[in-house]
Amino acid sequence: MNDIITIKNLRIEGRPPGGEYVSIVKDVSLNVRKGEVLALIGESGSGKSTISLAAMGFARPGCRIAGGEVWLNGRNIMALSPRERHALRGEEVSYVAQSAAASFNPALRIGKQVIEAPLWHGVGDAAALTATTVELYRKLDLPNPETVGQKFPHQVSGGQLQRLMAAMAMSCGPDLLILDEPTTALDVTTQIEVLKAFKDIIRDQGTAAIYVTHDLAVVAQVADRILVLKNGEMVEEGPTDQILHNPQHEYTRTLMAAVRPAPHLVDHVDASAAQAPVVSVRNVTAGYGTLTILSDVSVDVPAASVVGVIGESGCGKSTLARVVAGLTPLRTGEIMLDGQVAAPNLNDRPRAALKDCQIVFQMADTALNPRQRISDILGRPLEFYQGLKGSARADRIGDLLELVDLPRNFASRYPGELSGGQKQRINLARALAADPKVILCDEVTSALDTVVAAGVIELLKSLKDKLGVAYMFISHDLSTVASFADEVVVLYAGRVVEQGPSRAVFSPPFHPYTKLLLSSVPEMRQGWLEGVADTREAKAASTGSVVIGAKGCPFSNRCALAISGTCETTAPPIRELPGELQIACHLPVEQLPLT
Amino acid sequence: MSETSDTVVPRASVFAGLRLTWTAMIAGSILLFWLVLALFGPWIAPHGEAEIISGQTFAPLGEGGLLGTDKLGRDVLSRLIYGVRTTLLLALVTTVVSFAFGVTLGFAAAILKGWFDIVVSRIVEAFMAFPSTLLALVIIGAFGTSITVLVLTVGLVLSTSVFRVSRALGYDIGVMDFVEAARARGEGTWWILTREILPNCMAPLIAEFGLRFTFSILFLSGLSFLGLGVQEPAADWGLMVQENVGGLFLGSSAALIPAACIASLTVSMNLLVDWFQQRQQGETVLEKIDQ
Repeated sequence: MNDIITIKNLRIEGRPPGGEYVSIVKDVSLNVRKGEVLALIGESGSGKSTISLAAMGFARPGCRIAGGEVWLNGRNIMALSPRERHALRGEEVSYVAQSAAASFNPALRIGKQVIEAPLWHGVGDAAALTATTVELYRKLDLPNPETVGQKFPHQVSGGQLQRLMAAMAMSCGPDLLILDEPTTALDVTTQIEVLKAFKDIIRDQGTAAIYVTHDLAVVAQVADRILVLKNGEMVEEGPTDQILHNPQHEYTRTLMAAVRPAPHLVDHVDASAAQAPVVSVRNVTAGYGTLTILSDVSVDVPAASVVGVIGESGCGKSTLARVVAGLTPLRTGEIMLDGQVAAPNLNDRPRAALKDCQIVFQMADTALNPRQRISDILGRPLEFYQGLKGSARADRIGDLLELVDLPRNFASRYPGELSGGQKQRINLARALAADPKVILCDEVTSALDTVVAAGVIELLKSLKDKLGVAYMFISHDLSTVASFADEVVVLYAGRVVEQGPSRAVFSPPFHPYTKLLLSSVPEMRQGWLEGVADTREAKAASTGSVVIGAKGCPFSNRCALAISGTCETTAPPIRELPGELQIACHLPVEQLPLT
Repeated sequence: MSETSDTVVPRASVFAGLRLTWTAMIAGSILLFWLVLALFGPWIAPHGEAEIISGQTFAPLGEGGLLGTDKLGRDVLSRLIYGVRTTLLLALVTTVVSFAFGVTLGFAAAILKGWFDIVVSRIVEAFMAFPSTLLALVIIGAFGTSITVLVLTVGLVLSTSVFRVSRALGYDIGVMDFVEAARARGEGTWWILTREILPNCMAPLIAEFGLRFTFSILFLSGLSFLGLGVQEPAADWGLMVQENVGGLFLGSSAALIPAACIASLTVSMNLLVDWFQQRQQGETVLEKIDQ
């Protein structure tokens, strides 16, 4: 037996504030051998993070390990004293959290934080350790490995910080590495470099790893074996290949079905161009303070259709929604709502214009006032826009809840009593309460599990058919947009690089950036990562970061096809292609990427 | 956790689901004791507020009255019982006044921003730059020692920190998505403030109220001790300390007893506020974390 870690019949209990202990992990057993990667998958609340923490002998405040054994390197760590257990952490087992940004101290240089654990464990002195970390940075493919340790956390990109976090975890040469959703918060393009770096370093050091995620496509790339969890119980365990292609259990099949369908699968009825757009953004430039986020953006949302807006984080997608809603005033250009010019500031817009255009935010948690009942949250827009009162208002609240597939009696609940998916449905119901013509959906599914997100998307589709509402659907998730949108706008650094009917956008020829996005969406097939990470496009893309306000084409610093001397100095021309497709690129049409 | 959502305790009120600890219990009992005395004092006190019961001044404990007599031969126990009423009521009114000033201006500054925020914040900072006792001395010195002037002065001095807390809370909550959603709906400033922002600030504001209340007891007692607060023959704990401080040299405890009472009141209030804040931050904070 060369198991690094063996967990036997683990039981963990937790309690809500003021409540009794309830079982949250029930009788889970697992083992990981040297050099092996075990993936824990399941929805939120399935206990996967709790189990991974228990592998370090740690239980979150409010939780306790109620039974079972955790054997690490042949020792039962549950039998150790807290001090002995503390000594193991970092040295024999280490942890990479989901948000690297929250795990680094912004006031200290990165290098100092990376060698903190080995210094504590007395592995060596600061100078020797710094030298070994440089080696580690190089293995993780970090740019400028000699100097990156001198920087502060805010001076590197999110993907680099996540890799530095891995360097921190690997700094003591642990036998077991625990990765808790390490790429979930990253863009697809960044995810590739991080996944590749993780996989290489795990193989290189022969470390055992537990990889916690809800993303099956990611699992397919990194895991040797998969353990499926539901409500704290083991559902199924097996080699990656078998779980992906021949799942035995019903629940695993449900999970697989909810996986984002691969792009290119759309076949929409094209929205008729004759209809007047409900929202028309014309040559809008906007930003905050002295910073210009959007420059010269034009987008039309035809009635009862879906316009997808895609791009990486920091590309101005949310700003676009805020400008349309009037939350962020525009500088130049104009917004037309239902054929009428809308005032840049929402305070100057008539109530009817506000009613027609509703916004739904990404974070379902913070978008609902925790101190208001659902009936107040939904009732207010009914009162405000339609003057409904008393029983008419109560009836309509019930109808709205039914419309978003929630029971009518949810009206008396507080947001804290709902799950993430239910909260997002309430957010949607609040927007629907205004009886709008268009809903601006700002990353509404990004914070949700795959299964829950798929449900919300289905709901959005059925509401569109039922009520004839249009959506501006902002997302960084291409597959969702591809399966849902009639038209697609690709934003990069606040500029439109490609736009047109979604079938045209998602089929060749592509803008180089669209091509990068498309090829970065993980596929549910083992070996995909190795194939894509070594392409010329991916390498070029990982060298630069998004530059706002570039003089020429903003993508030129990450583009494998950039024409040096032209792209970085001159703004690209907009090329009109057949099928109403527009691509902003210096490349002649016949040289645009085709695959 | 969607499956367990039915069992989640609703966080309807800021007081919902609070469990008492033993420190909170003791502190609460002490406060309750003083409150009962304040309400029913005249019926409980053995003698009148300013009644001279003995020819012997600074009588020791047990002689004359249970707690002895003061510099004029009045019953210390009776004055103490009458004094709790003055002390608590004055502190309550000044704290309410400080909140009326501080909360209104603080949230107005957070919501209106711009020049209003700049002007009000600079004025408040100017006020804070003066030592608070000195500031009160100057104002009371200029306007005379009436109860109204006292309450307004102390209320104003205390309102500076209430302003800063309210403004910070207003800024924090004001950028939350649910406030943005209300703005996007077209709600007016008043609605956003009273329905969206304030209900989410109640917990920290209640804690702040407790702290300001404590501070105002100490501050008023200090002013009384300097002779600028409550005037004789009314009974007030701070005043009682000042009246009887000369007795200390004669071995009298007449000054120490009201001082101890002030301490018991402020310490209890602080303990209760601590408990409340910890409970608000979550039950789990108190749980032993294994490390």
